[in-house]
Amino acid sequence: MSLKRNILDLRKRKEKVLQGGGEKAIQKQVAMGKLTARERVTSILDEDSFHEYDLFVEHEARDFGMEKKELHGDGVIIGTGTIYGEPVCIFAQDFTVAGGSLGLMHARKITKIMDHALKMRVPLIGINDSGGARIQEGVNSLAGYGEIFFRNTLASGVIPQLSVILGPCAGGAVYSPALTDFVFVVENISKMFITGPEVIKTVLGEEISMEELGGAKVHSEITGNAHFYALSEYECFEQIKKLLTFIPWHNGKKAKAFPPKPPKPEFKIEEIVPADPTQPYDIRNVIKSVVDDSDFFEVMENFAGNIVIGFGRMNGETVGFVANQPMVLAGVLDCDSSDKAARFIRYCDAFDIPLVTLEDMPGYLPGVDQEHMGVIRHGAKILYAYSEATVPKITVIIRKAYGGGYIAMNSRHMKADFMFAWPTAEIAVMGPEGAANIIFRKEIMAAEDPDAVRREKVAEYKAKFANPYVAAAKGYIDTVIEPLETRNMLLHSIEVSSNKADRRPQKKHGIPPF
Amino acid sequence: MGKITEFDIDGTLYQTELTKKFENRKMWKKPDPKQIKSFIPGTIVEIFVKEGQKVKAGEGLMILEAMKMKNRIEMPFDGIIKKIHVTEGVKVPNRLLMLEIE
Repeated sequence: MSLKRNILDLRKRKEKVLQGGGEKAIQKQVAMGKLTARERVTSILDEDSFHEYDLFVEHEARDFGMEKKELHGDGVIIGTGTIYGEPVCIFAQDFTVAGGSLGLMHARKITKIMDHALKMRVPLIGINDSGGARIQEGVNSLAGYGEIFFRNTLASGVIPQLSVILGPCAGGAVYSPALTDFVFVVENISKMFITGPEVIKTVLGEEISMEELGGAKVHSEITGNAHFYALSEYECFEQIKKLLTFIPWHNGKKAKAFPPKPPKPEFKIEEIVPADPTQPYDIRNVIKSVVDDSDFFEVMENFAGNIVIGFGRMNGETVGFVANQPMVLAGVLDCDSSDKAARFIRYCDAFDIPLVTLEDMPGYLPGVDQEHMGVIRHGAKILYAYSEATVPKITVIIRKAYGGGYIAMNSRHMKADFMFAWPTAEIAVMGPEGAANIIFRKEIMAAEDPDAVRREKVAEYKAKFANPYVAAAKGYIDTVIEPLETRNMLLHSIEVSSNKADRRPQKKHGIPPF
Repeated sequence: MGKITEFDIDGTLYQTELTKKFENRKMWKKPDPKQIKSFIPGTIVEIFVKEGQKVKAGEGLMILEAMKMKNRIEMPFDGIIKKIHVTEGVKVPNRLLMLEIE
């Protein structure tokens, strides 16, 4: 007997399921300015590399008339494919099928591909576009979320997990992205919140739009929940692919090496930084003047701009950068910037990416709001993350390194492997003005011309402490370098650190100041 | 670069941009114990007191229902009700001045 009939039957079944929620629902999706789930998957993956599983899964809902409904694939697509030839696991919620709502089988499909990703040690990309829990399935849908969150946590630090928010992601659903490494949002399309505007209005009487409550801008600028912000889905997919060029496929492997390239000649390191420590400049230009091809891929660009984090390559290999940004809030450390840096440091440490810290900051941000928001426990995260990190850790002090910030920013005391300082570096307990006002208070107050005496004392303090040589004399700084030597010193120090072995005491896990 | 402002850290003035979040931060104000403010957004379901009434510490002033919980707002110390800014049935946002005491 010929197989033909069976094959035709399979094709017919597939064709039916591949329609998702059907023509009308697809039209609605397109009208919202969104791609369909399948289009998204195929746009992210290499051409013709996608293979789908669980296409014939059917939902489990048996109440409220749901048993009569057919939900193709139960509203989620799962499968494997490649990006730049390397394998990845992917799932995409299909909003055209029951609003992408999450029921038991929907969740089982997601957890199946998550288990697969973890076992196969490949990155997991999750595309979220869902109205939330499928209320008709009751506690089963809650169980589904729980199973996903648990796997997110298990996979954390083993394989990269990327969450792409391309539609609503509300209620409990937001906690899966929050547990993953990188969250991508797109203007006008992404919406994330725990409680939506409707509920907020009826229960609390506060009126706010979805966009203002949890749109892409809000999460990339105010909450810090999103790491990458794009204006279109296609731009978002490019960001995903670019990120994947920088990160390793799992925690037992190095990121792919690229042919080394020199930085572009237009980034002239000596012309970027003003000698006067009160004058601003863009630290990203300093990073671009030391990384290969001046290609710096920034993470969380729009959140807590006073610290800059991101990936670059040196001698073709991925390096993580953490740098104070004097151009924004003078580069101070505060609650947000501490959270931002600490998480990135832990990411790099988990995935064996060397860390380069560029330091130029006047200390922690003073203010009641900061103190009451808990700048103590937030700031402590940086100390914890740097101390815990055992990847190669190199610091370059460019200008200011004052007080607690000096200690926090990967100082020798946090066990930096190499500490370099520019001749413009000022390593001190605080800025010269503040210090002189305290040390010489009596003399300044007693003087006939207090301002003149203050200026004199500030100058005296500056001459004594506002330089790298006091710290260098104690060995806290390994060497004072000329700005032009920075790239070579970084290349060399990363090279000699390539077999670094650094152990920490055995423990189940530490207790970081979450 | 955006708008550069002078920014004081420990007496040194730095030239730098500010962030939207920083500029929109709430300034701290010393709380006035004579002002009863809502601690959660919700609905005033019942008011027990009138303006001018003498009330002892611990006595109920009103019920603020929020998140399906009826919260009894109590008088913090002995005093007289100076002004009531809410009526029964109104929805109140968080930190709204509801009642003043003399």
